[in-house]
Formats: sequence, structure tokens, C-alpha cells
Amino acid sequence: MADLTSEFLGIPSPNPFWLASAPPTDKAYNVNRAFEAGWGGFVWKTLGEAGPPIVNVSGPRYSAIHSNDRRVIGFNNIELITDRPLETNLEEIRQVKRDWPDRALVASVMLPMNEKAWADHVPMIEDTGADALELNFGCPHGMSERGMGAAVGQVPEYIQMATEWCKKAASVPVIVKLTPNVATVVPPAKAAKDGGADAVSLINTVNSIMRVNYDTLTMYPTTDGMGTHGGYCGEAVKPIALNMVAEIARTADTRDLPISGIGGISDWRDAVDFLALGASNVQVCTAAMVYGFKIIDDLTDGLSTFLDDKGMTSVSELVGKAVPSVTDWQYLNLNYVEKAVIDQDLCIECGRCHIVCEDTSHQAITNMVDGERHFEVIDDECVGCNLCACVCPVDSCITMKQVPNELAPGNWTEHPNNPVRKTK
Amino acid sequence: MPDPDIRAHRLGKAEIEDNFADLHPPLSRSEALIEADRCYFCFDAPCTTACPTGIDIPSFIQKIRSDNVRGSAKTILSENIMGGMCARVCPTEVLCEEACVRNTHEDKPVEIGLLQRFATDPILEDGVHLFERAEASGKRVAVVGGGPAGLSCAHRLAMLGHEVKVFNRDPRPGGLNEYGIAAYKAVDNFAQREVDWILSIGGVEVEDGVSLGGDFSLSALRDAYDAVFLGIGLTLVNDLNIDNEDLPGVENATDYIAELRQAEDKSTLPVGRNVVVIGGGMTAIDIAVQSKRLGAERVDLVYRRGPDDMSASEFEQHLAQVSGVSVHHWLHPKALLGDDHVTSIEFDKNGQSITMEADVVFKAIGQRLADQQLASELQGIDVEYGKIVVNDSQATTLPGVWAGGDCVAGGEDLTVSAVQHGKVAAHAIDRYLGGDNG
Repeated sequence: MADLTSEFLGIPSPNPFWLASAPPTDKAYNVNRAFEAGWGGFVWKTLGEAGPPIVNVSGPRYSAIHSNDRRVIGFNNIELITDRPLETNLEEIRQVKRDWPDRALVASVMLPMNEKAWADHVPMIEDTGADALELNFGCPHGMSERGMGAAVGQVPEYIQMATEWCKKAASVPVIVKLTPNVATVVPPAKAAKDGGADAVSLINTVNSIMRVNYDTLTMYPTTDGMGTHGGYCGEAVKPIALNMVAEIARTADTRDLPISGIGGISDWRDAVDFLALGASNVQVCTAAMVYGFKIIDDLTDGLSTFLDDKGMTSVSELVGKAVPSVTDWQYLNLNYVEKAVIDQDLCIECGRCHIVCEDTSHQAITNMVDGERHFEVIDDECVGCNLCACVCPVDSCITMKQVPNELAPGNWTEHPNNPVRKTK
Repeated sequence: MPDPDIRAHRLGKAEIEDNFADLHPPLSRSEALIEADRCYFCFDAPCTTACPTGIDIPSFIQKIRSDNVRGSAKTILSENIMGGMCARVCPTEVLCEEACVRNTHEDKPVEIGLLQRFATDPILEDGVHLFERAEASGKRVAVVGGGPAGLSCAHRLAMLGHEVKVFNRDPRPGGLNEYGIAAYKAVDNFAQREVDWILSIGGVEVEDGVSLGGDFSLSALRDAYDAVFLGIGLTLVNDLNIDNEDLPGVENATDYIAELRQAEDKSTLPVGRNVVVIGGGMTAIDIAVQSKRLGAERVDLVYRRGPDDMSASEFEQHLAQVSGVSVHHWLHPKALLGDDHVTSIEFDKNGQSITMEADVVFKAIGQRLADQQLASELQGIDVEYGKIVVNDSQATTLPGVWAGGDCVAGGEDLTVSAVQHGKVAAHAIDRYLGGDNG
């Protein structure tokens, strides 16, 4: 059995799965249930300034995009940071850390953009025994209108400034949580690093409106007839998150920053994606909100089985494995050729490959051969685009096979059609 | 000789009502959405090719999936105006659902029939009008027969702007939908509700209780109308041609089914204790299963050939078996026995004689077109093997006369085929009348 124990910034946990700072991590009751279920760590829902607590709406805070059998594909929320008094949260964090010394317990923090606020609050929070602080520079709704959350995370200079203030006051490690609502994630990550951050975590949620209400033709959902954009998450955002994780992991300026991966992790394979693309551990929220804490069993068991199958003995062996395979388009080998192959024994003759290729791609799949319904690839027309394999309902029926040629590898940087090609 | 044991009230009214409840209960919205998701939206879909009316099945299912149920119904009903009845009675397992590519993938087709019902039921329930009539053509068409073929033809002609008069033999329109389909396949007076909805398009007058040859002649219709469509079905039941066929207790399955369909209270119907059904088609299955569900103690369905030769689908044969009907193959009827009422029937099996006790024997070995009176009406129309010969446009050999449904040669004796014949004929008639909507 592979060893799932994880160490992130020197903080040990029995497995690399933490619950992300979010509605499920708001109080001791939740965290106790999560740890009983087997979660490795817990990022406490974001703490704000001492004083009058945050006020949330008492209408819908969540909405979802469903499949027809009501599986949640995407999820959105407009909940703010914790709406409980700071003292209550601190007291509970202290007790939980005492009760669960082997689990990671991180406090998420969001404070105004002045140094005093950080100097005042950070020691108070640290005093609970929390293992680390995670700076919430990501929430895209509500708090961002008050100059916090994503309003900080979208400006690298602010990230660096706030991180510096926090680091000055903190003795425990500091993780900066990044927003995906930026053109490119590397500058914010670099700013966190320059501010002294020990690690980054990403992604926070994506700005989003889920849909309209088809009866009222208002946006959906609303509170008393009016709505606001929320933060999008769930499995739909995973590819966005993976790209951002990989960008940080492969960029020279940021590649030495430890990454805690977040964004749509629903089963163990999603965790493999994040880990292989450079995250050292992962955080989960939506899947727990959809199914409850019990999913940790599949996450840990699946990952452990996978590592065994790969002959790996620990999670750290997997971390970053796929990063070297990520590059810029310009470095892809333009002389490498693949074409689609349809396994006629598996083909159920639905014709989807034909019609999508015919209508929207390269007219490279037949629908009729010798008067019979028959779907096969016309090699001369096939550019290997993979669309047919994407839409085929039968697993492994359409695969891409390399067509060997005599050409040496060659990419765009040296291609004759490239006016700014490199010359040797 | 014991007296024949034939009586009503073999089962309580409640039990009979239960026995005749909907054979395939409708899908709930959740079930329909999940099932619709199973459709692959095939290119040049095999299910559509397999549908005699050519319904664009992937499109109607996609519209269920996107919660456009009215659009879905229109997709169905524009090709098959009896899409509601066909959703209930089509042998989908040998038509659309047999062609479904899911059979290759996982041996379980998309439930196309139930989805079709899900889409079409609300249209009838809410009385939604989906079709409008074209500008009046001033042409008048006579439709003989108020069954699926005739009503399909009448509706399409009305849509195309023509005035239609339907001459219907029975007390009510609907044909076999009203008098022939097994009761548990069309519960809650569905056949009449569907007819009412179809006729609500306007431009169609129906006269009930009048028959060709008896009350009016084809030549008079040809004189008075611009075109004629014959959807007269098959009215005569084939004989066994064995001894004592006229004994009381030897009945036509179709007559009893019609009586059953019209009964206010099915528990009042007389039912034999031992019932023997001769035949291997849908009618044989229907009478056998319904007799059992009315309380017959023993029902034997006897067919002269093997299971694969039966025209009843595999599903229907299975339905008979699970309903408690004993199915026998390779038995040839030899003689009906009894003095003043049938008491038993003798069969031959490879030279061996087998006798079954019977209080009632139902004949269900097929129907044919016409008695001599009707045959004289059809002079000038080619008839082959007891059925009217038509071309691809459903035109008979008599100018200005089209035909469709069970009465024409080459048909499958299915509601869905009859609807298609009526539709095709209507467009052909429209072209004949100079219309440009065809």
C-alpha cells in the first residue's frame, strides 16, 4: 500500500486531501465530522476583522448546473466569509487543533488593505495553534466590492503588499490563495512569492451568472427579484484550475512555490491531475457539498490504488510528474502525424463521428460504404483532430494512431511558414 | 355433455379494473429526462428509418431533453397524427427500438415508445392546437372508414385546405383504435380523446353508422366528391374450415374484443371457464390475455406453426405467457366437438390427436377484405390475395380513388402503417387536386 501521508510546508496530514475554506468549514461541528470521516486537513472558513459579524443574504446562496439526471456539473455561490463572531471561531479552532493534533488545520484570513489590521489580527489567529494561514485574495463576490478578496488578488502589487504585512506578523507558514479571474495567473503568483508567501493555493471561484429564470426573465437565482454574480466551482472549472496550476509549476519565476491545488476535485483521478501537474496536495469543497464528507473514502482509496498500480510508494513521487509535458504551442512537433482509427468491432453505428466531421470538421469519415451504413476514416482527409473520438459514445472505439514518417521533429519556431522563424 | 360454463363476474369489478390498468404506465418527468439523455442523437438515425411514419425520433427526444415538450410533440405528430396511440400500441420492439444502436452497445434500447407518450400526452390533455389549415382549396374529398388510415388522411387533407367527409361504419370513429386494441393498451378512453383532438382541426365532417355498399356506393362518392380515400379495413374473419364451425361458443375474437372495449363494466362480460384461442397474431394474443384477465380459468392459445412464425411480436408472446396463457405450437385444428354448444376442440400434432376442453373457442387467424356485396362496390379496383392493390402514392387502379390501412396489399396491419398510408394518400390527393402544399 502506497503511503498517503502528506507534508505541505512541513505540516503533516494523514492524506493530501484538505477541505477548502468554504461553507463546509465554518465551525467545529463540521470539522469534527470531516476528521471523523478521514479528511487529512481543513482550511477554516475565512476569518475577517474583529467587530460586528458579516451579514449574509437569507435567500439562495447557491445554484447549480445539472445534467438531466440532476448530477451537479457546475456550482455557484454568493456566500460571504464567516458570519460568526471572530472570537467564537478562534475558540473553536483552538479546541479542534487540540482534539485532532495529527490533522492539518489552516486558518483562512481576509483583512482590509492596511498594515495595522494584519498586525492586530494575525497574532490573535496564530495563537489558536493553527498550522498555517491562507490569505483569501480570491473571493469574487461581495467582499471584493469592499476592496478585499479578488479585488486584492487581481492586482499583483496589492498581493505582494498584503502578503508582506502578513508575513511580518506571522510565525507560521503563509499560503496565498489566488483568484482565476485574471488574464494570467503567473504575475499574481510571482507577487505572492515576492511578498514572502510560503506557498500558493488555487483556484478560488470564477465570476459567474448561472442562467436566467425562464418564467420571470430575471437572472437566476435572485434575492427579492435581484441577483448578483457569484463564484463558479465544481467539476466544470477543473480544466481552468489545472492550466493555472501547470503555468505556475512550469514557469521559472514561480516553479519553486509549493502549490495546494483546488478546483472541481470530485474523485481521485482529479487529484491525480492536480498532483501530476505540480500541486503538492489538494483541497476539495464542491464535491463534499454535493455528496457529504464520505467521498473521502473514494479519494484516498482511489489514489492509493493508483499509486500502487504505478509502483509509487508515496504521493510525493507523483507530484509534478506531468509538468515537463506541458509546453507552449510553438514547441509542438508539427511533423508528428496521428489519424483516427475506428474499431469496427466496437462501433455501434450511431454515426455521430461522421456527422460532426462532415458538418464541422474535415469530411474525413464515411457514412455509407458499398450501399451499407458504415463509418470509417478517410485517411487522406483526416487531420487527427480527435473530434470523432471526443463525441463517440463507446469507450475506446475511436483511437488515435500514429502514422510514422521519415521527418525529423520540427516545430513552429523553425517552420518555413513562420516569418519570424529561428534560423539555424 | 356438461353445460358450457360461461358466465359474467368471474372476478370482482375492482380486480378486473386492476387487470385492465395501463400496461405500460407513463414516464414521470424525471424518468423521461433521464431516459431522453440515453439517446445518442444518431446521424441518419436507424430508429427513424425503422418507423413506418418516419418520425424524426432523435429530434423529438432532444426536445424532451431541452424541456421543449410541445415542440417534441409537434415533431412527432407532424409525421404521425396518431403518435399518442402509436406510443401505446406500436410493437416498438420490432420497429424503432429494435433499430436503436443502444442494443449493440448495451442490449437495452432507448424507451422510444414511452418517451413518445410522454411528449404527446400533454397535447391531448390540454387540448393544444398544433396544426393550422391552409387556405381553403374549395375541393371536397370523401374518406371511407373512420379508422387510423381514414382519420390520418382526413386530418392531413384538412390541413392542406380541403373539405373532408368521413363515412364511418361503426357507431363511433376510431376504427380498431376504438374497437380492436386491447383495453389495457389504451386506457381512460384514449382512442376517443385522440379522435376528438384530431378532428378539432376543423374541416372534417364525420357520419357514423354508414357502410359502403349498404348505405352509399363508391360510384356515387366519385360523382359527388373530387377524390375518394378508402380506409375500410378488413371486415370478415377468416374461417377455420373445419367441422361444426357454426356451433354456438365458436366466436370471432374481433367481435368479442369490440364488445369488451365498449363495455361500461367489464365484469358483466360473459367469460368461459376454458377458453381456446386459435391464431398466432396480435388479435390472438389480445383475446387470450384479455380472457385471462377477465377471469377465465384456463386459456390455451393454439398456433399451427412455431414461435418464430407467429406474427405477434416476442414481447406479445411473452405477455401472453406471463399473463397465464398456455401457448401451444404446431397444432392443427381438426374438428370442433359438441351438440348444441362447443365443448371441445380436436387438434392434430404430427398425426397424433389432441383434444382440449373448451367453453368458448375464439377464431383469430386473420381477416379478409370483402363479402360479395362489398366486392361489387370495388369493381375497377385491383384486388390481390383479398387486399386492394395500391402504388407508392396509395393510389388504387381506379382513377381518383386512393386506399390505405389494413385493406391494402403489402401493409403490416399496424396502426402506424395505416397512419402513414393516410398521410401519403392525402399528399397524393392534394397534388391530384392541384395543390402545391404536398
